[in-house]
Amino acid sequence: MKIKSEKDFWSGLMFILVGVAFAWGATTYSFGSSARPGPAYFPFGLGVLMAILGSMVLFKALTFEVEGGDKIGPWAWKPLIMITATVAIFGWTLPHLGMVVSLPILVVVAALAGDEFHWKDALINAAILTIGSWFIFIWGLKLTIPLWPSFLAG
Amino acid sequence: MDLINNLMLGFGVAFTFQNLAYAFGGALLGTLIGVLPGLGPVATIAMLLPSIYALDATPALIMLAGIYYGAQYGGSTTAILINVPGESSSVVTAIDGYQMARKGRAGAALAAAGLGSFFAGCVGTIIIAAFAPPLTELAFKFGPAEYFSLMVLGLIGAVVLASGSLVKAICMILLGLLLGQINTDVISGVPRYSFDIPELTDGIGFVAIAMGVFGFGEIITNLGQPAENREVFTKDVKGLWPTVADFKQAFPAVLRGTALGSLLGVLPGGGALLASFAAYTVEKKMTMKPGEVPFGKGNIRGVAGPESANNAGAQTSFIPMLTLGIPPNAVMALMVGAMTIKGIQPGPQVMTSNPELFWGLIASMWVGNAMLVVLNLPLIGIWIKLLTVPYRFLFPAIMVFCSIGLYTLNNNAFDVYMGAGFAVVGYAFYKLGCEPAPLLLGFILGPMMEENLRRALLLSRGDWTTFMTRPLSAGLLIAATLMIVVVMLPSIKKKREVAFQEE
Repeated sequence: MKIKSEKDFWSGLMFILVGVAFAWGATTYSFGSSARPGPAYFPFGLGVLMAILGSMVLFKALTFEVEGGDKIGPWAWKPLIMITATVAIFGWTLPHLGMVVSLPILVVVAALAGDEFHWKDALINAAILTIGSWFIFIWGLKLTIPLWPSFLAG
Repeated sequence: MDLINNLMLGFGVAFTFQNLAYAFGGALLGTLIGVLPGLGPVATIAMLLPSIYALDATPALIMLAGIYYGAQYGGSTTAILINVPGESSSVVTAIDGYQMARKGRAGAALAAAGLGSFFAGCVGTIIIAAFAPPLTELAFKFGPAEYFSLMVLGLIGAVVLASGSLVKAICMILLGLLLGQINTDVISGVPRYSFDIPELTDGIGFVAIAMGVFGFGEIITNLGQPAENREVFTKDVKGLWPTVADFKQAFPAVLRGTALGSLLGVLPGGGALLASFAAYTVEKKMTMKPGEVPFGKGNIRGVAGPESANNAGAQTSFIPMLTLGIPPNAVMALMVGAMTIKGIQPGPQVMTSNPELFWGLIASMWVGNAMLVVLNLPLIGIWIKLLTVPYRFLFPAIMVFCSIGLYTLNNNAFDVYMGAGFAVVGYAFYKLGCEPAPLLLGFILGPMMEENLRRALLLSRGDWTTFMTRPLSAGLLIAATLMIVVVMLPSIKKKREVAFQEE
């Protein structure tokens, strides 16, 4: 058995796994009957259907020759980890440290993920975006976003 | 004539200084929140609900309506400029609009969207005034079985849009539908797939998925590529205005989009959304003129058609709300809430008991649309300036707006974490060659589809043939099947692959 299309092989596998997981998860809810469908009725059907179609994708990936093998190629680990982490960090810092601290962290760390990083640019960008966000979201739209760290605002 | 008299009454109400000011304020605020990804009209209207206690019913509703269609308009601006659809109904606009922007034709795309929307808005207003009663009759004919079949057709239409493998695209729809199942079951009240996380019992936010996959995921994808073949815009911006040829191409698309949108908008359940998808599908089915840019590469018809359709749909979706008191979408549900706050019982009697409110609102829709064009066409130049900002400044800015938008959805960090999670998912989709747009559509339609399916089965006592024995439903399902068959035909399959081939 040889993988003819890498992209299709892995996406087929993904569809099968997720489909089975949802269908299996649905078994913990009441299925009902066709005349009185329960909460499990629709997701179970969808999950099974997706697993079937996923196996079609998988089957195709193993049988039909594709030019160049449809390679997935190298993963961009640095931006993937840094961008995701930045957003997650922001989720924690905003309610605790306020916009004044969390936004500059977000902007500078995000800029580090790129390959053209300059401290000066990143800091200018952070200043502009923080002031701009304060102006739009807090002053203009009057949203309740914490501005200062919670231990200062007390 | 009644129509003229009614409209005269309406314009009399709309053209008072106070109401003009509120229409303008609503349209301006709507555009602003539409441009800011993640801050949708639902959130804004919800935030503003307490403030309308101080206002009279008519200006309050006029302002809320202004926010609604302003947001429709602003949402397409971000779809075109940064490929992040601000509203669900501008998902398809992003396909060709963003490609146009990358080729330096952002101005033409924005103008086509704006003028198309304005035209559709004018027509929509007249249609509401003239056809509200008969169109209501048509909507009455739709039972749960018809709604279910209509959504199947809409989703299949979305598949025809996706590039690459048809089976994979259907899988993405199913994945979206399944993600939409993470919620509390409407009928039995059982929380599903929530793993005892309280936030998940309300379902995943549409915005968290849209921003994670389209916003953050796209940034990761771009940063992962060497700087020279990054998805950025050409520096030479070719004119702010559409050319004569553009107008010739776009105008028929605007007409078709308007007609389709006006019809589909009346149907409860994401009228504007279905309308824009249907319009895009129709445009793609039209024969290409020689020398025309292929779809998915920046065809102006792919912007003008769906944009007119979603504006017409947004407009006519007021019909079920105004005449039946049934809100067709979340924004309308809030409008109904606002009417109740003001002591007006929404329903058929509004037209007779509060004629100045009813017709004033309709007239102010036209006024609001005119204001949007006046407001937005001069701003196109400013939006385009945004594109010349180097990417290393731009992507942190996109991240700031998306992250703040995610947080303010519920004033809760949970949505931010969800957005981060979907960033990884979005990048994985890109790597595996899976198109994410159908997923989003499936996600939005999922809960509605389930509800209608279960209600239809309940009504037919578990008989699945109900979808084929009811003529309207059968017609819609047959249309959906035909679409799959047509796409699978070898000759068209080849053309479709060529049209979607990467540069």
